Amino acid sequence: MNRTVLIAAGAILAVIAAGVVYLLTATQPKPSITVVSWGGAYLTSQIEAYHKPYMATHEAIITSESYSGGIALVKAQVESGAVTWDVVDFEVADAIRACDEGLLETIDLESLPPGADGKPATEDFLKGSLDPCYVATIVFSHIIAYDKSKFPTDPPTTAAAFFDLATYPGKRGLRRQNPKSTLELALYADGVPANLVPEVLKTPEGLDRAFAKLDTIKQDVVWWQEGAQPVQLLASGQVVMTTAYNGRIFDAVVGEGKPFATIWDGQRFDLDVWGIVKGTKNKALALDFLKFSTDTQRLADQARYIAYAPARASSIKIIEEPGFTHAIKGVRMLEYMPTAPQNAFNSITTDHRWWADHQEEVEARWNAWLAQ
Amino acid sequence: MSTSGPTLARQLGRAEAKARLKSFGLVAPLLVFILASFALPIATLLVRSVHNPEVAAALPATAAALQIWDGARLPDEAAFGALAQDLLTAPEDALSRAASRFNSDLPGGRALLLLTARALKASKDAPSRARFVQIDPRWGEQQVWVQLGVALEVWTAKNFVTAMDYRYDENRAVVAQPREKQLYVTLFLRTLWVAGAVTLLCLVLGYPLAYVLAQAPQRLSNILMIFVLLPFWTSLIVRTTSWIVLLQDHGPINDMLLALGLIDDKSRLALIYNATGTLIAMTHILLPFMVLPLYSVMRGIPPTLTRAALSLGAPPFLAFLRVFLPLSVPGIAAGSLLVFILALGYYITPALVGGLSGELYSNQIAFHMQSSLNWGLASALSVILLSAVIGFYFVYMRIIGAEGLRLT
Repeated sequence: MNRTVLIAAGAILAVIAAGVVYLLTATQPKPSITVVSWGGAYLTSQIEAYHKPYMATHEAIITSESYSGGIALVKAQVESGAVTWDVVDFEVADAIRACDEGLLETIDLESLPPGADGKPATEDFLKGSLDPCYVATIVFSHIIAYDKSKFPTDPPTTAAAFFDLATYPGKRGLRRQNPKSTLELALYADGVPANLVPEVLKTPEGLDRAFAKLDTIKQDVVWWQEGAQPVQLLASGQVVMTTAYNGRIFDAVVGEGKPFATIWDGQRFDLDVWGIVKGTKNKALALDFLKFSTDTQRLADQARYIAYAPARASSIKIIEEPGFTHAIKGVRMLEYMPTAPQNAFNSITTDHRWWADHQEEVEARWNAWLAQ
Repeated sequence: MSTSGPTLARQLGRAEAKARLKSFGLVAPLLVFILASFALPIATLLVRSVHNPEVAAALPATAAALQIWDGARLPDEAAFGALAQDLLTAPEDALSRAASRFNSDLPGGRALLLLTARALKASKDAPSRARFVQIDPRWGEQQVWVQLGVALEVWTAKNFVTAMDYRYDENRAVVAQPREKQLYVTLFLRTLWVAGAVTLLCLVLGYPLAYVLAQAPQRLSNILMIFVLLPFWTSLIVRTTSWIVLLQDHGPINDMLLALGLIDDKSRLALIYNATGTLIAMTHILLPFMVLPLYSVMRGIPPTLTRAALSLGAPPFLAFLRVFLPLSVPGIAAGSLLVFILALGYYITPALVGGLSGELYSNQIAFHMQSSLNWGLASALSVILLSAVIGFYFVYMRIIGAEGLRLT
């Protein structure tokens, strides 16, 4: 008995001693920042295109964390004064709200790197993708995807087909939270021209019209919450058609050989942006990383890993070159890009500012509509 | 002899006090832990549901000016002046927080406050009612001022008003929400219904199981008990996602029924993403909470009593009904209460398998906590749920009696 105790005590002491020795001999830690993003294939693309090259050329460590969007966690950190996230990848409407709430540091936009062609950043970035609170990295898109094997003849090609249960029978997948893109899609499918959708949606009649359109398929909808779910719902046959993020469908088609196809008609652009959390102790490093990752080459590099388009014109020029292909699969990326001319013919525009102000009100009605 | 009496008593008292102190020292960490992790958050929640200091903190002069406003017409120039003064002097952080709060009372209120502040700062014009209306015509609407008044109340009932599907109209009267925005009452009733149904299902499934476990020889019942506890030890998410796999349209259950010819391909059963899915998954997850208390109570019922009833001529069913069942009521009570209360607050499982008709009250609490950031409303909803639980507990105690409730 005594011996066992002795051995146990010895082992514990040895572990503690080893820990102390390790701490004493470990070299001065490198400065580090925590970069928070969405996980999955998207995070991988950022690590390959931004994090790894940055760590290779700078004396710094980048720690990655995943979250599922929203600003609640950032708000909690800022309000409690315990900021552990430095740079966060937001959807642009969330970044606008975070900025309104005073949760983001301001960025001097003049200090961003100019384009490869020498154009200042403020002219090179796409419209709406720069703000003192955030800098956009990618353009992604809300699209409709369907299972080709379910419609061997006469496949659907329009957004209207999504609401046409007679011609294309089967369950539909729609996003449960955040009704923004869904309501806009409903209006577009109901005949509102793509560029007028935001204006119509702002009127009470327009909102009623969107809900009325959704009423026509409500009984046949399976609701998804996470970006990976639409792919899974399609693969398991739970739905035949679903809204999704274009990059996820690209991954399923090119990466896993799934028989899915994308309907680009009525796609809706969205932006992912970097924001720096207010009160971070590593603001200088965070800012340096932000500038590094948003230069022309880095943004273009990311498009080698995922079908999201870079948010600056000079980077788009690079991905349009004939030799620009996926890093592993070797397919030409341009045809999968939401911004490519053949895909962007009928893209719904959106008013992020209006949504930042009215999301709460519309969501209250959305939640009530869903529960009825 | 005469002096040793009180001394002894004193010594004894001191020793007892020491022992008490020691035992208090032993439970003190637990006490602190419970206070910090249980009592404090609940207290914060209660306060947050009625406390709304952000807007008033940023706009103190406006708050004072609106106190003397009758609310019948537009406020006077003094109120406009006070608001201008507040907007020009409020620190940026405080103002943005206030603007965000205001936005939940008045859609677009965030931009209205922030943009007006920016416009006032940019121009040299003396701020007046005309200037405000010129910046944004909404400042000339009485409704905007009514909502600002609501937002300025530091202690407010507005969250409870919303949680009951009511709202403030332009005269500050409490009126029902339009039908298309009514949500919380329906959801609350549905939550009660689901929790009740899950409790009943657990009882129907768990009672025979606990009975078998209690009647079986100790060795066998120990082994059987492991099967009850095994799912209990598996992660909640794993169990829920397994149900998704099993229940989906093209899952094993539907495929099996199809192979047996019980259904055809067109009429596959919709077992998931609806209330059925919620009921099945929640019943499975909460079943151990019913079986365990039932089992422990049934174990304590002497088998001789049933045997006595049988030997006195009662048929087996009657012996069960008149002797065993009444004695097992404390177990039924404890199990039902546990399952019911746990079911009321469930949200991960309904969110994953429930679809729309399976979503419960707690899903809305999570939504307002994590997504809309309306923590005041989330707190109010939580307070309502908490009161319901406490209410049910007391009704239950009344019916069953405190001594009937046994958990072990």
